[in-house]
Amino acid sequence: MGMKSDIKLIDDNGLRIDGRLPNQLRPIKMKVGVLQRADGSAYIEWGGNRIMAAVYGPREAYPKHVQEPDKAIVRARYSMAAFSVDERKRPGPDRRSIELGKVISEALESVIFVEKYPRTSIDVYIEVLQADAGTRVAGITVAALALADAGIPMRDLIVGCAAGKVDGVVVLDLNKEEDNYGEADVPMAILPRTKEIALLQMDGDMTYEELKAAMDMTFEATQSIHKMQIEALKRKYMEVE
Amino acid sequence: MDEKIGIRKIVVPGEEILENGKPGKGVFVENGKLYSSYLGILETRAGYVNVVPLSGCYIPKKGDKVIGKVIDVAPVNWVVDIRAPYYAPLHVNDVPWHVDFGYTARYLSIGDVILAKVSNVNELGQVWITLKEQGLRKLEGGHLIEISPSKVPRVIGKGGSMIQMLKDYTGCRIYVGQNGIIWVSGPPEGIVTVIKAIRMIENEAHTYGLTDRIKAFLEEERGEGNGNEE
Amino acid sequence: MSNSKFTAGVISEMEKNYIHRLASKGTRIDGRKFDEIRPLKITKGYVERAEGSALVELGNTKVLVGIKIEPGAPFPDTPNSGILATNAELAPLASPTFEPGPPGEEAVELARVVDRGIREGHAIDLEKLVIEEGENVWVVFVDIHVLDYDGNLFDASGYGALAALANAMVPASKHELGDDFKLPVQHYPVPVTFGKIGDWMVADPNLDEESIASARLTVTTNEEGHINAMQKGLSGTFTYEEVQKVINMSMDIGRKVREIILGDSDGKED
Repeated sequence: MGMKSDIKLIDDNGLRIDGRLPNQLRPIKMKVGVLQRADGSAYIEWGGNRIMAAVYGPREAYPKHVQEPDKAIVRARYSMAAFSVDERKRPGPDRRSIELGKVISEALESVIFVEKYPRTSIDVYIEVLQADAGTRVAGITVAALALADAGIPMRDLIVGCAAGKVDGVVVLDLNKEEDNYGEADVPMAILPRTKEIALLQMDGDMTYEELKAAMDMTFEATQSIHKMQIEALKRKYMEVE
Repeated sequence: MDEKIGIRKIVVPGEEILENGKPGKGVFVENGKLYSSYLGILETRAGYVNVVPLSGCYIPKKGDKVIGKVIDVAPVNWVVDIRAPYYAPLHVNDVPWHVDFGYTARYLSIGDVILAKVSNVNELGQVWITLKEQGLRKLEGGHLIEISPSKVPRVIGKGGSMIQMLKDYTGCRIYVGQNGIIWVSGPPEGIVTVIKAIRMIENEAHTYGLTDRIKAFLEEERGEGNGNEE
Repeated sequence: MSNSKFTAGVISEMEKNYIHRLASKGTRIDGRKFDEIRPLKITKGYVERAEGSALVELGNTKVLVGIKIEPGAPFPDTPNSGILATNAELAPLASPTFEPGPPGEEAVELARVVDRGIREGHAIDLEKLVIEEGENVWVVFVDIHVLDYDGNLFDASGYGALAALANAMVPASKHELGDDFKLPVQHYPVPVTFGKIGDWMVADPNLDEESIASARLTVTTNEEGHINAMQKGLSGTFTYEEVQKVINMSMDIGRKVREIILGDSDGKED
């Protein structure tokens, strides 16, 4: 956010640098059941993002002291491949990945019937193979698919999406340039059925009205992303023979 | 005959269920409305609406017969992987042999496969198994196949019809554990056919007319193999 | 086809016997011949942000290799040579037995075996990667990311590394060092791994076979039929004749694999 630049992010016709309208999503493609070993898996292409998610569990939590006697613990790990970004990223978790893993774990736990599996862990691995802004919300969206594919009981399919502000305009789903040079970013995760908010972060500078507009935009977009999730899950079983 | 191509209704977590009926398994109620907990198949039976998961781990129930693998040996018990979230201890008192303290490895060692029964489950998810019943034993020879536990009923078929058909066509001995582990023993060609048929059942469990398609497949295999079944 | 979720970790006597019994009848758990590798699919350019990349699907084993190329200081003892650095990540999404955390000895061995093949086979002409002698050279990072583990990571990773290098561009313009140019790849040293099951040698062992193999041998050969690297693994042993047999079979298989690697399967998945 907020890097100085002469790039004009919104043109005279009100279009964005990649030609989108302010409330338009980047192209999204999802596929369920992409890995053999994992208990559940899914893949998403969202703009230039390429993210794979795998779920293992519920399995007996290890080490034992992390076990909860009355519920499963949800452990999401967010990680970026060394080649996923312009400058090669040193392998291994950095502080950002650790923080994202934590907030994603908490968001996912909000939809899982964790009380069904005491003393276990449900491990969610989110691997960013190519990053293009909005990886955490795309990661949550694809993790929801992997969880459903793993047969984990949930009260909703959680959806992530972000909105923000660039060149003074509230826009949906920031791309890389907008993320770098824009004025604000508000990533969210929504339970589409009940409209509850399971993840909310913000950085930048917005008025109250702008923030509201951004959140409204995200709410609307999550409904259409949710439809894509349902379609992706059902498609896995439609393609028989 | 014409319903053969149909696919059973698939629902996703959080999807509202509009069918009438009492809440059964795999569903939850919120504000008087019924929703699915799983990615699964919608099924109405005896006035109840159920969602049968399309995947997921095995949750042990008392009385289930399961196939497990010994993964550790202790002085008075073995630890058995029954593919549930938790390992199951098998105590020396629950086997048909008299085992002296510390001599457990003489009877079952790591990697041995057993057909056991779930004797108890508590609310912490802890589970106990036993070998003390007619037919329960160590399994020797043969091969193991793994399927989703929710698909076990499809592999067994109505009144055991599907599994009987597999046995008849291939000459194999087959045992299906409730935990989705299947033991097959017999001629290698027969085992290969059983594996293929079970994969077909697994991938098409949510479709109608499955029995006929499996039968056609087995006929075809028999034709090619010329007397594979013994 | 594999039962690997349940069998991960402990392999039963039963499974071992079954694989042996099949071998004695001349076949394998997935119906392959002894010298037959699993279906191999290579998708080059899978990750556009990397300077080169390839997704390898070898049966159910999936490996993504990405190449990043950046300017850096040369090693003092090789002032007129670029640098090759290979790293492997056994991501925990790939197997229930992979743990999060720093690379363990398996990941390190994998990275080193792949590195050795590329380096000793002179796959890259490192001398063409000097920007300013003794001061500035191109550093080629080969990052191996294992996504789905169903056995034989050495070969899948080796194929991925070669395919990714073959479609890599040196990003000179980004660093204001002239025009971008194709990474100079001059040789294609291809690894082929055999597992020893009983007295049988099976090519490209899958996870079930790998788990019961007594010994493993990887032989890397190039397009001229030269041998560039070998790695013997596991606690079992080979006879001298067996090693010779494996080397010869590796050359035959290597030729076929090289054609697939050099094939124009550019562009990402459908």
